[in-house]
Amino acid sequence: MKRSNKPIFWSLFGAGGMLSALIGPMLIFITGIAVPLGWLPRETMSYERVLAFAQSGLGRLAILAVISLFLFHGLHRMYHSLHDFGIHVGPGRKALFHGVAFLGTLVAAGLLLSV
Amino acid sequence: MRTIAIDCLRYHPETDVAPRLQRYEVPFTDDMSVLQGLQYIKDHLDGSLTFRWSCRMAICGSCGAMLNGVPKLGCEHFLRDFYPGPLRIEPLNHFPIVRDLAIDQTDFLRKLESVKPYLIGEPPAKGTHQQTPRQMDEYYQYSQCINCLLCYAACPQYGLNDKFTGPAALALLHRYNADSRDKGKEERMAVVNQEDGVWGCTLVGYCSEVCPKGVDPARAVNQNKIESTKDYFFRFLKR
Amino acid sequence: MTGWWKRNPFYLWYMLREASCVVITLYALILLVGLARLTQGEVRYEDWLEHLARPWAIAFHAAAFVLVAYHSWTWFKIMPKTLPRLPIPDRAIVAGGVAAIGVCSALLWWVA
Repeated sequence: MKRSNKPIFWSLFGAGGMLSALIGPMLIFITGIAVPLGWLPRETMSYERVLAFAQSGLGRLAILAVISLFLFHGLHRMYHSLHDFGIHVGPGRKALFHGVAFLGTLVAAGLLLSV
Repeated sequence: MRTIAIDCLRYHPETDVAPRLQRYEVPFTDDMSVLQGLQYIKDHLDGSLTFRWSCRMAICGSCGAMLNGVPKLGCEHFLRDFYPGPLRIEPLNHFPIVRDLAIDQTDFLRKLESVKPYLIGEPPAKGTHQQTPRQMDEYYQYSQCINCLLCYAACPQYGLNDKFTGPAALALLHRYNADSRDKGKEERMAVVNQEDGVWGCTLVGYCSEVCPKGVDPARAVNQNKIESTKDYFFRFLKR
Repeated sequence: MTGWWKRNPFYLWYMLREASCVVITLYALILLVGLARLTQGEVRYEDWLEHLARPWAIAFHAAAFVLVAYHSWTWFKIMPKTLPRLPIPDRAIVAGGVAAIGVCSALLWWVA
């Protein structure tokens, strides 16, 4: 019986799921609703403030964790949802899902190092 | 006396091209179960109706069927609750039909065998195994499985892929792994770790919802995702 | 099996839970774009912020908020099934999780 490699992706899925469960709603509310609608002052997400955050050690880790883990969580589940809908994806395109998450992680890391 | 309409799936492979629904008008009293309704049909209306049953008390696991699309045991559900009907009775989802409401459980029996559902390891040299109530608590609920297959009918992942080991088999696997008297966990990990082992489950959770004995197979399967993950990452330490 | 998920409310709620992953992915990509804009200077970044204020963006985030909140709730609701036996009942784990969501949310709001 062939051992599945799911544990790797499931662990990432789990970490992303936990993170998005804890801070997802509020983060979306702040960045997507409260600030754009002016319920929070514009300075909350001002260029200077966010830049300073992204340049700090903690900020870099936080931004990387959110982008990377949200992607791993979302794309892992999206792949499984395709199966739920009866859409069968070959191993090549299956790798695409986690590949995008991995790519997104690399891009985010690269951007954070350059900021 | 009230009468309820029952639409029963009929399929005799030697004569029928495809399954069809047949309606029966069944007189009933408030204490009659769905199973008794089927027995009335067989005794008084249509002796050719085929269905499995035995204990009439939700312990043998024989009388499972889809009642209005939901997997249930016929003996513990009552006609009065489906009145005026029509009550649609169909064989359990996701299994080949042998005849009318009787399904082919071969696939499940194979899967059950594959998880080695028995205590593995030598019994004590003298006397019997000792087990505390706390130790029994660890596996007791999973030992309540009556192999009724309602969970397999409920599980969409099994419906989409019948290679998936499935809820009951994995729950029974866990029942033995969690039993302090058992030494066979290592042997069973191969089943757990494969793609169609625990990793075929996406925690829909409907299996636990329909289980008539409170086994909670969803829990048994998903606890073993952590076990499988531990096994995956720490296997190199075992050498 | 086609359309299996339409046949039972239980399955519909399951699909809704799974659907949250699409917005989580999209949101992460929005943040990634924002990060890229950040590195490209104030003008490009402000442009990204301005896009967030557009009606379709607000609508997306409102829908995303609802879906991800549902994900949060169901995540902790089913979490006890993935954990080994603990001396506390499932309800306590779920309540603890929801409390944690509350604490983290409050912290985020306060930091913002």
